[in-house]
Amino acid sequence: MEKNISFKLKIWRQRGPKEKGQFKVYEMKDIPTDTSFLEMLDILNEQLINAGEEPVVFDHDCREGICGMCSLYINGHPHGPATGATTCQLYMRRFKDGETITVEPWRSAGFPVIRDLMVDRRAYDKIMQAGGYVSINTGGVPDANAIPISKEKADLAMDAASCIGCGACVAACKNGSAMLFVSAKVSQLALLPQGQVEAERRAKAMLSKMDELGFGNCTNTRACEAECPKCISISNIARLNREFIAAKLND
Amino acid sequence: MATIKIDSKIPEGPLAEKWSNYKAHQKLVNPANKRKLDIIVVGSGLAGASAAATLGDLGFKVKCFCIQDSPRRAHSIAAQGGINAAKNYQNDGDSVYRLFYDTIKGGDYRSREANVYRLAEVSNNIIDQCVAQGVPFAREYGGTLANRSFGGAQVSRTFYARGQTGQQLLLGAYSALSYQVHQGNVELFTRCEMLDLVMIKDEEGKERARGIIYRDLVTGEIKRCSAHAVVIGTGGYGNTYFLSTNAMGSNGSAAMQCYRKGAWFANPAFAQIHPTCIPVHGDKQSKLTLMSESLRNDGRIWVPKKLEDAKKLQAGELNPNDIPDEDRDFYLERRYPAFGNLVPRDVASRAAKERCDKGYGVNNTGLAVFLDFKYAIQRLGKQAVADKYGNLFDMYEEITDVNPYENPMMIFPAIHYTMGGIWVDYELQTSIPGLFAIGECNFSDHGANRLGASALMQGLADGYFVLPYTIQNYLADQIQVPRFSTDLPEFDAAEKAVKEKIAKIMSINGKRSVDSIHKELGHIMWEYVGMGRTKESLETALKKLDEVEKTFWSDLRVPGDAQTLNVELEKALRLLDFIEIGKLMAYDGLNREESCGGHFREEHQTPEGEALRHDDKFSYVACWNYQGEGKAPELLKEPLNYEYIKVQTRNYKN
Amino acid sequence: MWLTDSSIGRKVVMSVTGGALILFLTFHMAMNCVALISGDAYNAVCEFLGANWYALVGTVGLAFLVVVHFVYAIWLTIQNMKARGSQRYAVTKRPKSVEWASQNMLVLGAIVAIGLGLHLFNFWSKMQLQEIIHGTNFIAGQNGPTDGAFLIQYTFSQWYYVLAYIVWLAALWFHLSHGFWSALQTLGWNGKIWFRRWQVIGNIYVTLVILGFVAVIAMFFFKSLC
Repeated sequence: MEKNISFKLKIWRQRGPKEKGQFKVYEMKDIPTDTSFLEMLDILNEQLINAGEEPVVFDHDCREGICGMCSLYINGHPHGPATGATTCQLYMRRFKDGETITVEPWRSAGFPVIRDLMVDRRAYDKIMQAGGYVSINTGGVPDANAIPISKEKADLAMDAASCIGCGACVAACKNGSAMLFVSAKVSQLALLPQGQVEAERRAKAMLSKMDELGFGNCTNTRACEAECPKCISISNIARLNREFIAAKLND
Repeated sequence: MATIKIDSKIPEGPLAEKWSNYKAHQKLVNPANKRKLDIIVVGSGLAGASAAATLGDLGFKVKCFCIQDSPRRAHSIAAQGGINAAKNYQNDGDSVYRLFYDTIKGGDYRSREANVYRLAEVSNNIIDQCVAQGVPFAREYGGTLANRSFGGAQVSRTFYARGQTGQQLLLGAYSALSYQVHQGNVELFTRCEMLDLVMIKDEEGKERARGIIYRDLVTGEIKRCSAHAVVIGTGGYGNTYFLSTNAMGSNGSAAMQCYRKGAWFANPAFAQIHPTCIPVHGDKQSKLTLMSESLRNDGRIWVPKKLEDAKKLQAGELNPNDIPDEDRDFYLERRYPAFGNLVPRDVASRAAKERCDKGYGVNNTGLAVFLDFKYAIQRLGKQAVADKYGNLFDMYEEITDVNPYENPMMIFPAIHYTMGGIWVDYELQTSIPGLFAIGECNFSDHGANRLGASALMQGLADGYFVLPYTIQNYLADQIQVPRFSTDLPEFDAAEKAVKEKIAKIMSINGKRSVDSIHKELGHIMWEYVGMGRTKESLETALKKLDEVEKTFWSDLRVPGDAQTLNVELEKALRLLDFIEIGKLMAYDGLNREESCGGHFREEHQTPEGEALRHDDKFSYVACWNYQGEGKAPELLKEPLNYEYIKVQTRNYKN
Repeated sequence: MWLTDSSIGRKVVMSVTGGALILFLTFHMAMNCVALISGDAYNAVCEFLGANWYALVGTVGLAFLVVVHFVYAIWLTIQNMKARGSQRYAVTKRPKSVEWASQNMLVLGAIVAIGLGLHLFNFWSKMQLQEIIHGTNFIAGQNGPTDGAFLIQYTFSQWYYVLAYIVWLAALWFHLSHGFWSALQTLGWNGKIWFRRWQVIGNIYVTLVILGFVAVIAMFFFKSLC
């Protein structure tokens, strides 16, 4: 049954990327448990605005778990304690009355803080621009059914393609590695005949861009997989490794 | 002003040959000249991203703007169910004509024949294109593409990628866009919001769209950007209602900026109310979550037959599973035997409202109906249902704490999509030369109601296969025009106006937050310009909207500083435009004294409660022409002539 | 060179050197087990692997592997710490599926390295080293550089050495329990199904290797008590 809970919110506040941040504690009273976590932050912001203070800045948009915009590190977990869900899909019924909820931004050198809980994830766009596509132009492509693709392969590709680019993998990784993100895209396209043509080039280009942007080395801790809101498997990382090593050996 | 003649530039020839004829005779720009032409694309959803990618690929210099941190976040990503195409892979009698016919009929005969036919024609190319990009559409064991059926159609023509079709298509378009960024043809401006359109007079004194003023949302700086043409693909204005299935950032501001500069706004009253959303749960709610229409393939919609059962359900004294089948009213199957649970969205939504108005609604609010998978699980087994809808079921459970495998889901209609938008001609050009509108942002293809899985089709059709042709017909005359400096006085004036508006908002210093006023707006819109509208309700809405506007200017508080990141300021600027859109919707609703598609005027219904159109008086596109602040807009009419389709009363009964 | 320039390349070096070291440990363990049966036989093995050219080449190769593995480990860790950023999380929680070892490989590796130092001091410096430098720095009672059986007996009759070696081997077990499948994952020989298989195979294999070492230590310790 729905009820109301009260708790302490310990939220990271930081004016800008170069400025020093610190935690601020806010008391939240009588929040209904069927409120979503972000709606709870809306309530906090409403209170702050009414008190003449600046609201807490955080990224969010679709609020249905697909745009990948929301990015809060709650009580030691990217996207909070729920598994297979984004922050916006997190409801207050997951929390207990009287607890302290610590909210931090993604912390990684690859994702500098813009303000408070909002970080800059343009690095992901840059990795995608390095090779996360099939190099075709619009038009002049064969009929969609011209190349049959096995259901198993299509399903595996879809598993990988469900990545929402939120950055939780990097946030969870003690090495700040973006391997799960990169591998999801490399896998998706490597599994499909359409992407297979330039699979080697793609794996090399995307990985080298990831390295260049200062993301860390994967040490197979599996934290990314455990925290991924879309449950992307590290078997994709194995596939990326395979593709990359084969590509290098073919050079 | 009555002298304005609307030219929709429909090409000559038989319907099926219009688009081919157009392409054969249009003007093109040669590759060397394309490099000299700049195009601004505002928005990076399906329409914006596909257009920017294709235009970049053709060789134009494209600048693509989005308010999010990445083009991949655009709200197209949230489309769940699928995308229509007339491939007829299922051999079930589909054809370009049938898709065209279904779309026109689904739109309640309020869309342009030529546009819709072209849409159906290029639908097949979209699927080919997306597959070539590596979009992992669902497949059969034999390796061919799978299809499912959707509301308003009797064939299976919907291609899908689990419940994430919009995501996969957007990521496809985003990857094409990324490729063009890599090639140096497209420049991305993320976290940048368009704040005004800049128009410059050409040598003949004709004003053309030549640039935009935008705000860098991170630094708060007001900046300028110039180009030979401006394309807006900024989506719909469903967030006027505050609670909708749109993303929090979705807004109608770019469209309104164009409207205030002279672009006509067409059919604003046509807003789609989606029948399958998770019901509202409290006043702190920030958005409504959609449950894909595909659920209606296998789920059965019902409410109790007996009022006392409904009362008990509302009071929480009865478990829905304890109501026997004979006491359940499968009202869609009862009223519409031919289409059953798969009637178009407007029909399904109204039917739900009818039941709830009569007191048969469930949930503690009485504002919900059941969508039950019990029967599908009995028929197909739990695993098969989980394979098809598992992610949607999980999402439902996370939000509501109710397990939909064991209990029926509760759903209720919510604002989802806006068919109305910036008026465009056949070339997708607005009434401002050089300004184009694509995707949900324009009004063109869906008439008064959009069929499921057609939004993705239209966005990508516009972006990949229509605009890249038609814009060249315009730009071919612009090759002699050198790049524009942003130091021109027109830019100075536009920037000054934007800065003054911001300063004015920052100086209000009232007591209320943007959201609190936006919620007030939303309540008014839902109450008076919602699923059922009357002359009185719309007039009340106009009055109340004026009050909201007053509240905005007297009581709003935007904390912080305008010269830096300021989320409240962003929202305030959008809210101001939502208020204006709300008024436009009310004006349009008042004018359109008939019921059609998403627009239901309660005075105009059949004895059975179905929508009653008045084709003799309202078979036209209502274009609203801005007349200045505080003035009622002028109505222009573009008549709709049906040459190839017989206009009928929509019938989903038999 | 991709083995130094790319993150996957660097990890490949870690996997290959790590894998080779696992193979060496397997061999070493097998050799140790000979001591369970007969001291003389064990000494014969020691003699065979004394300062002969092939043993020396092997030793140098081994040392190279160890050094590369160390250097890369430190290099990767520095890079990873940099990638993590200067600001740390105030609250961190380890998800269930994340092995404790996987997040502490460097620490475990350091313990293994210290243990290795001790081991070299206890055995190698009294054996192959003396042979190479023609030295005579033996323990009282040690019958020449190839009398490994005596050294085992001597070392593991002292409880603090036994304790230190057990700690060392425990750290090694944790290190390898992650290292085994991690190496295969890095080389790309993994997938959804093989992931669990490799984990099980790895755990069994590594446990057997470590138990082999422990058996020798335990036997000689208990012998010394009697």
